[in-house]
Amino acid sequence: MTLALIILRSLRQHLLSTVITALSIALAGGLLMSVWVVKVQSQTTFTQVNTGFDAVLGARGSKLQLVLNAIFHLEASPGNLPFSDYEFIKRHPAVKLAIPIAVGDNLRGYRIVGTIPELFSEVEYAPGRKFAFSSGQLFNPAAKEAVLGSFAAQKLGLHTGDTFHPFHGLIYDEKNQHAETYLVTGVLAPSNTPADKVVWIPLHGLQTMSGHDPRAATDVSAVLIQLRSPTAGFMLDMMYNKQGNRLTFAYPIGAIMAELFNKIGWFDQVLTLISYLVALVSAGGVLVAIYNSMAARRRDIAILRALGARRRMIFGAIVLEAATIGLLGMIVAFLAYAVILSGVAAIIRAQTGVLLNAWAYNPVMLWAPVGMIALCALGGLLPAWKAYRTDVAQNLAPVS
Amino acid sequence: MSLLAVSALQKSFRTPEGERKLIVDVPQFTVAAGQQLALRGESGSGKTTFLHLIAGILAPDSGSILLGERDMAALGESARDRLRAESLGYIFQTFNLLQGYSCLENVMLGMAFGVGADRARATAMLTRVGLGHRLNHYPRQLSTGQQQRVAVARALANHPKLVLADEPTGNLDHKNARESLALIRETCRENGATLLLVSHDAGVLATFEEVQDFAVLNRAVTEVAP
Repeated sequence: MTLALIILRSLRQHLLSTVITALSIALAGGLLMSVWVVKVQSQTTFTQVNTGFDAVLGARGSKLQLVLNAIFHLEASPGNLPFSDYEFIKRHPAVKLAIPIAVGDNLRGYRIVGTIPELFSEVEYAPGRKFAFSSGQLFNPAAKEAVLGSFAAQKLGLHTGDTFHPFHGLIYDEKNQHAETYLVTGVLAPSNTPADKVVWIPLHGLQTMSGHDPRAATDVSAVLIQLRSPTAGFMLDMMYNKQGNRLTFAYPIGAIMAELFNKIGWFDQVLTLISYLVALVSAGGVLVAIYNSMAARRRDIAILRALGARRRMIFGAIVLEAATIGLLGMIVAFLAYAVILSGVAAIIRAQTGVLLNAWAYNPVMLWAPVGMIALCALGGLLPAWKAYRTDVAQNLAPVS
Repeated sequence: MSLLAVSALQKSFRTPEGERKLIVDVPQFTVAAGQQLALRGESGSGKTTFLHLIAGILAPDSGSILLGERDMAALGESARDRLRAESLGYIFQTFNLLQGYSCLENVMLGMAFGVGADRARATAMLTRVGLGHRLNHYPRQLSTGQQQRVAVARALANHPKLVLADEPTGNLDHKNARESLALIRETCRENGATLLLVSHDAGVLATFEEVQDFAVLNRAVTEVAP
């Protein structure tokens, strides 16, 4: 009780420095937790997101590029493959389902992907979850109709019944507008997958869009594949990648994405290192703030000691005061974390359609506050030692 | 029966030149239980050091300070702190109130390190010194005389056996000094506390029946302020 009173009064007496120091800890803690959660969640999410497919078949090239293009709707397509390749793999006994996609157009920056209705009727993008419509219905594969992902519909401001003109290419250029008019027949319910930021149209529509090369009117950009068994994947991998040299079979998708994270692992490490340094600097701030106020505290310490307070109690009070600043900072840090992560999640959502769960529990939410408070307490050791050594008689002036 | 018995007490300090200088050298000094004794001493005569030694704030070079049956001089620092918190009240010339704490908290802190903070007792003591209506005021919100009264309440709140007062009226005007002195003496009597007061003020010393000259008591040669 007495100790708590001493700590609270001291914090109040040095309110400005307490607030500034706690805020710097809040920022450091928020940053540390955000970096950690983004790192862990994006790695987990992106290696798990496969929108219901085991593999992707595409033109010869990088597996990673193929997965990014066909699953995440990022990057350019490595090239097209003839429709016959789709038909071949569709009939392969190891393949349960094959969905062709074609890319090459956009609607004001949102990718237009041509596909077949089975993507929406057959595929579970996550276990037990099929694409659902928040409004309208699926397009007619023979008509100029479109279904919009929820994020794309929201950002484009389009609703069921609206019409639009596609633009040629993956990058929006208003000069490259196609003549065709498409009718929005439905908007998908949010799936928190890359499908949310796509404008889906019939495969045939994209293949035959005005201005596209008529020689490639039956080509597809990639085939999304569900396998009957994991061993089938290795067999097809052998067949396409090792024995063949015309196509690329990207399998398994999760491992390919994990490879991407391994490649950019150094960036995570740099970010984490920066977060640790910011945390250290903040803890140093606690040390400096309390240490610099020691001259003003000496008299109070001497009075407390004259009243009978033991040296170790004064030492403990300073260490606990530093820890309390850390605690206050880390309480606010959760607010900073929420703000930072919401911003980062919004950017990731806009870029990939994937939604990070900012509120999901992560062990960093436990160890970061504990670590930060411990670090602050550690920062309090030096001023506490100074307080411990305060000469009572000298600071109870005047002497008569 | 003596409450305080000092014998062969010596305390020296190291000068900036590195020499040891004896400040206090008191062969014998006693204060009886319940006594109210004044020590006359000029500024710089070493009387604050003497009181700090009795209070256990400073450790002596040699000698003994028997407070009741316990020798303050023989105790370690932590035990001295405890004995001071439990058995002594100290009134300083500059009051030494904690500015960030209310009057009530100042008095309660004076008790906290001894037998424990007692809000009712602290309130009663502040009421006794006429500050029952200022419990939650901060020292800066009080007059000098009122601050002195808080210091008196704090010194006596813990039922001390001995109250040490170091130039307690040094910062007060004549009227406040007279009232404050009377208050200190009355409250000490009411609480059964022995009072040892040091002052160089003839007016203060004249109110005491028993006065000793610290210059006679202390054999150390000290610099006395003009």
